[in-house]
Amino acid sequence: MDRNRRRQLLALPYVAWSILFTLIPLFVILRYAMVDKEGHFTVSYIFAFLSSVNAKAFLISLEIAVICTVICVLLAYPLVMVVRRLKISRMSFMLFFLIMPMWMNFILRMLALQMILSSNGILNMLLGFLGFPPLQIANTNTAVIIGVVYDYLPFMMLPIFNTISDIGEDVLEAARDLGAGPFTVFRRVILPMSLPGLKSGITIVFVPSMTSFVIADILGGGKIQLIGNIIEQEFTRSSNWNLGSGLSVSLMLFMLISMTFTIKDEILTKRPAEEISEEEKAEPRVVGDGVSRRTVL
Amino acid sequence: MKKKLLLPMLAVPLALAACGGNGGETRTLTVFNYSEYMDPEVIEMFTEETGIEIKYEEALTPEDMYTKYKAGGISYDLLCTSDYMLNRLISEGEAQEVDFSSFEYGGNIGQRYWDFAAEYDPGNKYTLPYFWGTVGILYDTTKVHGPIDSWEVLFNGEYAGDIIMQNSVMDSYIVALKYLGYSINTTDRDEIQAAQDLLISQKPDVAAYLVDEARDEVVAGNAAMAVVYSGEAYLGREYNPNLDYVIPKEGTEIWLDSWMVTKNCKDTDAAKQFLDFLCREDVAAMNFEYIYYSTPNEAVLESLSDEERSDPALAPDPDATDNCEVCIQNDAATTELLNELWKELRAN
Repeated sequence: MDRNRRRQLLALPYVAWSILFTLIPLFVILRYAMVDKEGHFTVSYIFAFLSSVNAKAFLISLEIAVICTVICVLLAYPLVMVVRRLKISRMSFMLFFLIMPMWMNFILRMLALQMILSSNGILNMLLGFLGFPPLQIANTNTAVIIGVVYDYLPFMMLPIFNTISDIGEDVLEAARDLGAGPFTVFRRVILPMSLPGLKSGITIVFVPSMTSFVIADILGGGKIQLIGNIIEQEFTRSSNWNLGSGLSVSLMLFMLISMTFTIKDEILTKRPAEEISEEEKAEPRVVGDGVSRRTVL
Repeated sequence: MKKKLLLPMLAVPLALAACGGNGGETRTLTVFNYSEYMDPEVIEMFTEETGIEIKYEEALTPEDMYTKYKAGGISYDLLCTSDYMLNRLISEGEAQEVDFSSFEYGGNIGQRYWDFAAEYDPGNKYTLPYFWGTVGILYDTTKVHGPIDSWEVLFNGEYAGDIIMQNSVMDSYIVALKYLGYSINTTDRDEIQAAQDLLISQKPDVAAYLVDEARDEVVAGNAAMAVVYSGEAYLGREYNPNLDYVIPKEGTEIWLDSWMVTKNCKDTDAAKQFLDFLCREDVAAMNFEYIYYSTPNEAVLESLSDEERSDPALAPDPDATDNCEVCIQNDAATTELLNELWKELRAN
């Protein structure tokens, strides 16, 4: 019993942390969101995202976040499939190589991208050198998407890599023995078994790309206004903390709702994975949980 | 058990805060300024000469400053911010009256600049001019045809896709308002709406809305022209000699950053000593060489070369600023309208 108590004490820093940096700020924001400047109760700020300007920014943010998440998934899977076949030493090197950019300051990376994409930038210089017409990417949606994908790709790749590298080679061999081609192996074994990793990847990429505003400012040339930009403006320029908090709260609710859908999805899609493993009598069944023993970071 | 642990945890930051306060013999001033807006050596010099410690805090924008000041987490003694924000702070009773005529070096500040400041501080009772400048067009002489002397080049489509505008509410609207011949301090909704329509129709021609990078884009040759602050223009030309800066003939905004002593300041003698110190020729020269914005300090101006003194980006002559206005707009309804319109413009 004494031991249990002492063990509980270990949780104290975490409890203090959550109270200070999660619960209190959440309540402060909720309070700001639900009163007007005179302190009277109102829900108008929480529904402010329905106004035409805010709704437009909301939709553009959603569009960019969805496109970026899809691109990250499409880029991450082939990459992971290649990396998992490598020998351990090479694998660590490749992963190190993919993660290394994350050690560099984020703003610096975005400014570098800006230099590359700008109309007189490195990309257009190369294109001109090869005899192609210059591209107008700077200050467009495309530039913002490139920036977000560049920034978040490692966060999609790592959880997927962790789940896929946990799949035993014998499971795949069993599938092949039973006549599955490479595509079928991927579709019916690897993909279903990597779903937990995919799910956490989507969460880690989708949520921040929906709320980001710095990338839109730097690479979008201030011409693309995301919901994050509006919230930032309400706090820093308009001094309208109530509206800024209201928009944040509606954004958080939106995230919460979309995340519950993802969790439901996972429950539904788990079934085929079980069917397969039973059908093909593959054992032992190893399903990674997104956070694996082979954590790279 | 838990309570016992929590109490010391709470007590530690409190004890630390108490030590940081005005305890002990040393006099301290908490100074709030824009970032990179004072030579750090000036602060060291002041402490060496007077023994008064300076706690130096920085912010990026006037709004940022206002928010932090009002939040009250730190009690600031001295504040340097911009015209319209000073107007707001003075009208909210946040400033302390200071007798600038008692300053030893106050005479270094030219009458022209006291007059600018009088727009928002009638009688010059609260604020001391620090740096000033204009908003104009920085352009690449190799990329333009014909003279650039009017805001028109930003709106007539001639340089479509080659224009950088400022990514800030006021600095966008003053350009449109001045081009239309209105006052930048207008509260007339129709005039503001006309400016909005003009800016919306201009948006397809604008390459980007930037703040600090506006200058760099012209320097790098990515754009033919940008709306910039005069100080930025001066620095831009250091990198690219093909650039030129013009104050458009329709007039523009004169911005003026000044110091005020806040109502929270207890040691007003120390505050006055600091402000007087900033007016001293050698100190003002140090800051001028650090920042390269237009200085209101005539002792410093006289020490400049002829070339520097005739530079519209550095020391615009009185004729050039005839049509110009100081921005003092702080009507709450107008500010809110401008913020709403700005969001609409960006969403468009």
